[in-house]
Amino acid sequence: MIGNAAPVLDEPKIVRTKHIGRWTGALLCATLAGLLLQSALTNPRFGWDQVALFFRDGAIVQGIGVTLELTVICMVLGVGLGIVLAVMRISSNPVISWIARAYQGFFRGTPVLVQLLFWFNLAALYPSISFGIPGVALNANELITPMAAAILGLALNEAAYMSEIVRAGILSVDPGQSEAAGALGLTRLQAMQRIILPQAMRVIIPPTGNEAIGMLKATSLVSVIAVPELLYSSQIIYSKNFQVIPLLLVASIWYIIITTICNVGQGYLERRYSRGATRTVHVGTVTRIRRFFQGTPAPAARKEPRP
Amino acid sequence: MTPQTLHAQAVPMVRAEGLVKNFGHLEVLKGIDVEVQKGEVVCLIGASGSGKSTFLRCINQLEKANGGRLWVEDQRVGYKLKGNKLHEQTDSEVCRDRAHIGMVFQHFNLFPHLTVMENLLEAPRRVLKQRDADIRERALGLLRQVGLEDKASSYPRQLSGGQQQRVAIARALCMEPKLMLFDEPTSALDPELVGDVLKVMRDLAKSGMTMIVVTHEMGFARDVADRIIFMHQGRIIEDGPAREVLGNPRHERTQAFLASVR
Repeated sequence: MIGNAAPVLDEPKIVRTKHIGRWTGALLCATLAGLLLQSALTNPRFGWDQVALFFRDGAIVQGIGVTLELTVICMVLGVGLGIVLAVMRISSNPVISWIARAYQGFFRGTPVLVQLLFWFNLAALYPSISFGIPGVALNANELITPMAAAILGLALNEAAYMSEIVRAGILSVDPGQSEAAGALGLTRLQAMQRIILPQAMRVIIPPTGNEAIGMLKATSLVSVIAVPELLYSSQIIYSKNFQVIPLLLVASIWYIIITTICNVGQGYLERRYSRGATRTVHVGTVTRIRRFFQGTPAPAARKEPRP
Repeated sequence: MTPQTLHAQAVPMVRAEGLVKNFGHLEVLKGIDVEVQKGEVVCLIGASGSGKSTFLRCINQLEKANGGRLWVEDQRVGYKLKGNKLHEQTDSEVCRDRAHIGMVFQHFNLFPHLTVMENLLEAPRRVLKQRDADIRERALGLLRQVGLEDKASSYPRQLSGGQQQRVAIARALCMEPKLMLFDEPTSALDPELVGDVLKVMRDLAKSGMTMIVVTHEMGFARDVADRIIFMHQGRIIEDGPAREVLGNPRHERTQAFLASVR
């Protein structure tokens, strides 16, 4: 029985490596972080008492609501339109492909702040909007509220970026997949929905998480067109009580809280869409830290036995 | 020969007349004339670039032929007859025709995000609009047939190449096709895995399925094929019973090719 030999009784004991470098490195960085934290906590000008006072102020909470609403609406519209634009871009119809390209060129080529101001001032360009339908004449000033301008500006801009992310995802899927789907009789739409996009998701999700967080923060831009989101609500308060730093801190802390929650959601989505993509087993953060400092050879990925 | 088989052979499964296919200026098929009868197993052999795969892919319209005529049973591939005019098929008509032709690829092309069972269910569910319970029963039977009953809930990447290819065959069969096309089904496999796949194909051939197989496995061609077609530079050079083409090739190109693969 080779390979299954009985254990040798007087085998020497194994001494684990001490990893002095790992410990000093960690200690040094932790000290620096501690010093920064101490300074933030002890400098009275941070005004933490004011931060606490306004942290759950009614106007701030309402501002968070508007920020979240804008983020979700604009991301949903942006992703939806982005998928359409991506499919248009890879279309074999040159006119359709060219239109998608032109869209991307325009919306990626101009700053989103300028686009927001444009939409906000649309009434100056088209005082009455008819959508080309005779008998319809909507007053642009009433139609384009600050919120509508914000949604149009952010969502249309987002679609241009999302379309490239989606296109990259679609191109990352092996062409053999659409051939196999086609050979089975699936239509191109069915193949896109059921076979290509679900696989593309693995590539699409991480940058889309980035975009969502970027969008959350980009909503602060619409403070310039007087939409009462988180930043603008804070500004209204500090313009009255001059507690500028504490209120900016309130806004910042809320932004951090929300983006952190988004990150958790992204991790969940990534695991869901990586089904079948790897043979690795998920290892938790605590286990990873323990393994690193104990010096057990960190098995980044445990492979399942290959049949 | 019984009267039934005589009748079944009345209309060939596949018939090509002067089939031509170009990729840009490159002429890949230079006029293919061939008939494949129902129930026949035909192996296409020849050097790479001789047009074997392209011909196969024309049959289920993964490639669109540029000239000549091609039929599957009594239907012109890519066209439908209305009055006395041939209209090009719409995309959905192409899909409907493909649903009855199974295809197995060199690189398996299983859907990696779906389990083995879901791979088998997908097309019958979406294309044939069958009920899951019915398909599932058939799918389990097919997985048993290819010896992978216990892998129904595995993902393709958890399987070996040979197992993946057998799943791919089961996936194609789950559509209950009338014709199976194999495009070098064992070329991407480790040598020790080829046998299992060939055994499944052998069993399928015995069951009476019409098969067109592009292959470099001369042993399989000799044992299983009713006919062997040798292609060279976009033309069919030799076409005859397996034993004759392999044992007593008439054309010098065939002789040279067979000498090189042995």
